[in-house]
Amino acid sequence: MTSAPLISARDLRRTYNVKTAGGWFSPTAELKAVDGVSFEIRAGETLGLVGESGCGKSTTAKLVLGLIPATSGSVVFEGKPVTADRKRAWREQRRRMQMVYQDPLGALDRRLPVGVQAMEPLDIFNEGTKAERRDRMLSFFDAVGLPRTSVDRYPHELSGGQRQRVVLARALMHRPSLLVCDEPISALDVSIQAQVINLLKDLQAQLGVAYLFISHDLKVVRHVSHRVAVMYLGRIVESGRPEDIMRAPAHPYSQALISAVPSARARGKGRIVLDGDPPSPVDVPNGCAFHPRCPLATDRCRKDTPELRPFDAERLVACHRAGMRIASLDGAAA
Amino acid sequence: MVDPLIRIDGLTIDFDTGRSSIRALHELDLEIKKGEAIGIVGESGSGKSITWLGALGLLGSRAHVSGSVRLDGREILGLGEREMAAIRGKRIAMIFQDPTSSLNPVHRIGRQLVESLVIHRGMSERSAMAEARRLLERVQIAAPSQRLSEYPHELSGGMNQRVMIAMALAGEPDLLIADEPTTALDVTIQAQILEVLKEMRRETGMGLVIISHDLGIVAELADRVMVMYAGRPVEVSPVDRIFDAPRHPYTRGLLAALPEIDGTLERLVAIPGQVPEPHALPPGCPFAPRCAEAKAEICNAAIPAMRTVGTDHAAACEMIHGSTTARQRVLAVA
Repeated sequence: MTSAPLISARDLRRTYNVKTAGGWFSPTAELKAVDGVSFEIRAGETLGLVGESGCGKSTTAKLVLGLIPATSGSVVFEGKPVTADRKRAWREQRRRMQMVYQDPLGALDRRLPVGVQAMEPLDIFNEGTKAERRDRMLSFFDAVGLPRTSVDRYPHELSGGQRQRVVLARALMHRPSLLVCDEPISALDVSIQAQVINLLKDLQAQLGVAYLFISHDLKVVRHVSHRVAVMYLGRIVESGRPEDIMRAPAHPYSQALISAVPSARARGKGRIVLDGDPPSPVDVPNGCAFHPRCPLATDRCRKDTPELRPFDAERLVACHRAGMRIASLDGAAA
Repeated sequence: MVDPLIRIDGLTIDFDTGRSSIRALHELDLEIKKGEAIGIVGESGSGKSITWLGALGLLGSRAHVSGSVRLDGREILGLGEREMAAIRGKRIAMIFQDPTSSLNPVHRIGRQLVESLVIHRGMSERSAMAEARRLLERVQIAAPSQRLSEYPHELSGGMNQRVMIAMALAGEPDLLIADEPTTALDVTIQAQILEVLKEMRRETGMGLVIISHDLGIVAELADRVMVMYAGRPVEVSPVDRIFDAPRHPYTRGLLAALPEIDGTLERLVAIPGQVPEPHALPPGCPFAPRCAEAKAEICNAAIPAMRTVGTDHAAACEMIHGSTTARQRVLAVA
């Protein structure tokens, strides 16, 4: 922990005002998409952000990149604050922090050859001569494992895996120090997913790029991350090393989430099945947001909101009952 | 020998694209016994969904379906729309990935359930409403009476999928075909749905076809697994053997490419290349171009047939048979 982190987020909050049901003149309610999230990522490291839909992972990604302004809190990237004002300083920063989305077809223009699109970031900042830009583009096509002949192809002529490689090449064109990946492999077929996971790890080893890796897939997150943060209803409920969290999750929600992952190798394992659905972020329960679904909840959980506190040397947990185990369906501790 | 519930012989599906025709399914054979749960695994385009859409006459006029599908010994392929409608929903029910698009958004849940009870079980409206309430209770929906008068948009995705399961159960089918039933759902909700499906099988003894790209889900629900690749089955076996002793190189490749939630963390072994397009299948074995074990003179010569490789275990790979004979020769010498 000697060197300064590449990026640090402090107490990020983002709320939206939404209309409650009942017509035009109904009162508005506050939707807390992200409710006090803090984390750091060091250079060349991967932080995996996991959670279910609506937990605020994608909003966190947008806040980190300054794509949307935060309601409160701050992000510092390479020593400078990230604003969302889209001015010159922000644009300079954005060369160093890039984004990859889930659907590569949606991120590419169907009417342009992929080589032209991959070169666009360099064209926009007018870097080097045209020949130099083309050379850099070709070298990144090599790096992501695309044949050089594919530069003149259109997106629909490539497979899903190849398209995601194009998107990656384009994102890396400015040699960023941070790549935010929002579900980068969820749209790919199983046999292609492994190719892209391996590629992401190779690129990190080669280029020293850090990843904020957002996914609902715990198995994938375990494979790519140095550290993991589990989110529930806009808050981080547990963070630490993936091996610690996957082997012995301390937060009851992490326990349920991990036990719910179907596994081909551990068939017939006990599983924790939670009752109900996650509550709406408009109507977050008092106290611990997880308490209505938590089998371990006590009176205190209904009143006091637990803070994220050190659980052991490597782990932070936000739970009054941290470390207690939920019994799984077959009776054994999961 | 008892007649199987369903017996599919040489099921072949061609799509008319105007100028040419594309074969999406090649001569599939499969038997399902009464009450059996079979998992169908494969990547997009492998033919896993189309098999069942074709068998139930749901593909429309541009698809040419040939071969034979017998239900209790009676041919159902080519039956008229009226006769088919009596089988669909009553004898064989199907649920899909996205429950909200299967439900009618402008009708209340109760009305939709009552409709299928009146059609398939010939109930009066009044007794159908009581039965609908009981069905919702069986799929563990809280406050069923209230839900009956709500619209699909008022329910969560997980709850809508329970409604779909309830509706499928309304006809008391012998076979439920579940096509990626949890792919659109969050992990903790997926766990709930998997439990409901297991519970329903225990209670009713109905057969289940679970179609999924997720080997973990199939491992959990199925007694037997069929792995498909490029419109053909490549391996069929009891569930334990598929995971503990897979024989086809594609099955083994898929298992090695899967990230896992526990165990030692190793680099994933990706399958190189991509799934061939149905209009550009390689000669011979469709997996040969991606297969590390393929020998051109054997694998490109002919399409391998499904052959027995063990008890209830069949695979379509020439190299397995090559190596078995070689091993037998070694054993004979010893």
